[in-house]
Amino acid sequence: MRRLAALLCLVLLGGAAPPRLISDISHSKIDIVYSFAGAELLIFGAIQYPGGVTPDKRPEIAVVVRGPPEAITVRRKARIAGIWLNTSAVRFETAPSFYSVATTAPIEKLVDEQTAAIHELGVGHLQLSPASSGDAEEIRTFEAGFLNLRRKQGLYSDAADGVELTENVLYRARIEIPSEVPVGNYTVETHLIDDGKVVASATRDISIDKSGFERDVYVAAQEHSFSYGVLAVTLALLLGWFAGLFARR
Amino acid sequence: MSFVNHAAMDIYLPIAELSVNWLVIVGLGVVVGFVSGMFGVGGGFLTTPLLIFYGIPPAIAVASSATQITGSSVSGALAHWKRGGVDPKMGAVLVAGGIVGAAIGSVLFRLLQKIGQIDITISLIYVVFLSTVGGLMLVESWRTLQRARAGEVRRAKLHNHIPFFAALPWKTRFYKSGLYISPLAPFGIGVAVGILTFIMGIGGGFIMVPAMIYLLGMSVSVIVGTSLFQIVFTTSVTTLLYAVQSKTVDIVLAVMLLVGGVVGAQIGVRMAQKLPPEKLRLGLALLVIAVAIRLLVGLTWTPSELYSVQAG
Repeated sequence: MRRLAALLCLVLLGGAAPPRLISDISHSKIDIVYSFAGAELLIFGAIQYPGGVTPDKRPEIAVVVRGPPEAITVRRKARIAGIWLNTSAVRFETAPSFYSVATTAPIEKLVDEQTAAIHELGVGHLQLSPASSGDAEEIRTFEAGFLNLRRKQGLYSDAADGVELTENVLYRARIEIPSEVPVGNYTVETHLIDDGKVVASATRDISIDKSGFERDVYVAAQEHSFSYGVLAVTLALLLGWFAGLFARR
Repeated sequence: MSFVNHAAMDIYLPIAELSVNWLVIVGLGVVVGFVSGMFGVGGGFLTTPLLIFYGIPPAIAVASSATQITGSSVSGALAHWKRGGVDPKMGAVLVAGGIVGAAIGSVLFRLLQKIGQIDITISLIYVVFLSTVGGLMLVESWRTLQRARAGEVRRAKLHNHIPFFAALPWKTRFYKSGLYISPLAPFGIGVAVGILTFIMGIGGGFIMVPAMIYLLGMSVSVIVGTSLFQIVFTTSVTTLLYAVQSKTVDIVLAVMLLVGGVVGAQIGVRMAQKLPPEKLRLGLALLVIAVAIRLLVGLTWTPSELYSVQAG
């Protein structure tokens, strides 16, 4: 009886069960090797509508690629005695090391402020959690400065028409990963948005990691730092010595 | 797609975590090697600023530059050693001072990094030292050129006697250097140079050599060899400290610089043989001053980006 009532409610309120999102990525792992100069991720999938009926209304999709969060300190320079020095700083506890969002339309047209904040849709809606309890206005200025800097570095981006749709069922988005990308476990979230609300989501993981020689060097430097240092010195000494031998001939 | 076209030129630096054009880095090594071969200096004063201009983070630029200098000084040090051009006792005292200096430098470096002032400090120290040394060299080489034109004979340098150094205790004999002085004097110089090696990523020859001549009054035959001896050890210790403490030694970067440096040095040495020494010194002075001016511009002009980010 109760189940029937619930079903009735659902039919009356929403009309039908929510659609499902199926998503996949071109890579589940990005290997950084010596020739790594960035990569392009292709995120694609389909919307599965209940009953297999495709509505005429264009679905709205947002694809979010996010790197591991990190605590950061943002500093600002000011001129003191003619020289530009770092004079003030604000700490943020959870800044994603990479963030890129692609959508079918500008975010402000898709969702309201609250939904954008909850799902962190758009660079401007990231929740950076400032740690300093300073002046709110000051923190906002730092936040804006930081976001702008990350945009310039290509680490934060949003593309308002970055998602392509095919027959309102298939979607795909391309996201550029720059060579300065930090390593770690990334998530790719796809949201289906209807009437300003997120009605379905799908999450995928990618790992971006150094591979082969680059990884060996990095691991050696991190975990066997003394031996790595000795190796670096020995290598420099040998190279310099050989060069000297050849030069004398 | 742009990255496909660049793929052949770009090489990823595993420690710096960014990809660079290897032609640019090797080319930079060639330029530094050329300068060092031509003028007989280490060239670290060029490597660090040039790497920073290119976009390598300062901690990595300094550390990898130190590694490169180890490689570029070793064959010279060996050659001098074989000819007896090294005072081992003096060298050992200088190295001991250099190690203490590098350790002090590493504490200072970490402190400055923590308060976010390391980049500015590196630039400021560079500006101060390069403009001072460059200015002195400019004046000196200009006078030499004037005298040469007037046909004067160059006066012999007076043997300087610094009263402060003479008053220091535990005097000992440095036979090869022809000195009877307290080891504290060269030890102190070693400490000062060690600090600079660590913070600036330089060998410090351009400070060490004048200090040996004017402050210690060492015999000329062992000056360059002993200076190179100290540079090899102090830069090795600096590399080790950077590797252990901040993990910023990029072996790939250092090797590319070294390969370029070896080639450049050969060209530089050959060029130097064709040019008169006074003009060479004038050229070096102008180069040093140019780098100082470029750094000063970077410090005083309104930067295009006021914000910077540090992890942690």
